[in-house]
Amino acid sequence: MGTEELAGGIRTERAASVVTEGPLAAGTVAPDFRLKSTPDQTLSLSELRGSPVILAFYPADWSPVCGDQMSLYNEVLPEFRKHRAVLLGISVDGAWCHAAFGRDRNFHFPLLADFEPKGAVARAYGVYRAEEGETERALFVIDGEGVIRWSYVSPVGINPGADGILEALEALAAEGGAT
Amino acid sequence: MNRSEVRHLKLPVGDRDHAQGPPDAPVTLVEYGDYECPFCAQAYPILKNVRKHFGTRLRFVYRNFPLSEIHPRATPAALVAETAALHGKFWEMHDLLFDHQERMSDADLAKYAAQLGIGSEAFLEGIQSEDVGRRVQEDFMGGVRSGVNGTPTFFLNGARYDGSWYYADLVAAIDAAIRVAGEPLSQH
Repeated sequence: MGTEELAGGIRTERAASVVTEGPLAAGTVAPDFRLKSTPDQTLSLSELRGSPVILAFYPADWSPVCGDQMSLYNEVLPEFRKHRAVLLGISVDGAWCHAAFGRDRNFHFPLLADFEPKGAVARAYGVYRAEEGETERALFVIDGEGVIRWSYVSPVGINPGADGILEALEALAAEGGAT
Repeated sequence: MNRSEVRHLKLPVGDRDHAQGPPDAPVTLVEYGDYECPFCAQAYPILKNVRKHFGTRLRFVYRNFPLSEIHPRATPAALVAETAALHGKFWEMHDLLFDHQERMSDADLAKYAAQLGIGSEAFLEGIQSEDVGRRVQEDFMGGVRSGVNGTPTFFLNGARYDGSWYYADLVAAIDAAIRVAGEPLSQH
């Protein structure tokens, strides 16, 4: 477990389960990507420049628990939007699977398909679990300039909640760094 | 702070809360729940038995965490429970709702209020009042801030409890919390 202090008080946090490289740390430029957000549309990170972005990697669609991580974020979306932040869910599931999952759970934010080459974006962010073929449960808050300001990997069985994201967005707003 | 460490209640238990059991009980168990969540309904009879087991050594608090996008009746039900609270009937309504989770239409909810002696005018006034709506929202956001990550989420003496909430596990966890609080063990 460790908290790394970087310049400007930027912190990155790691759970004990992350033994190797771990997630890209705060202060790193967020690798750009373009992924399917629906079966016939794509979304790139760079086109969201100017707004904070919450990138939420999760292992798989159709989690059996009520109030799974994405459902929780769906409920907290109005709070994220107060910070003009854009929420992107991302897993290795395909676009059609995401479409069905999103419709079933009534999500109001895009789910990105890190599907081909499988997990490439997760690998770029240091949060791919090769043995399982799934991503970590990992969160990144990226500022309007495309720089990672906060990252966190949760033990894979534990939904990290939304409090860390809100704190990171508030820290960003306090610096006036949201734009 | 590392986020994998224990998460704590940001909104301490106080006068605003609906509580069963004495305020000086060695253990306070807070549940963030959703009346339409099947897991909460599953936990409900277990919690009754846990309360019976510990008696005055346990204070139980229920707070609203409606996941309204997946459970469209959760917020109306929460508003009805808070309206009942204005008439001193919170726990009666809480129990009625979990006992009839499959039947929570507007008409059903009005019927439950009537059953508890809440007139239709008072009922409508309650569920539409800003205070009641704000109360449910405060519970929800207080939960989000404390790291509530789904329903049900429990806090034992202010610390998030990530373990199993099956009877034996919950009893063991509460026993441990009582031990920490310096009280004698429960009799098994």
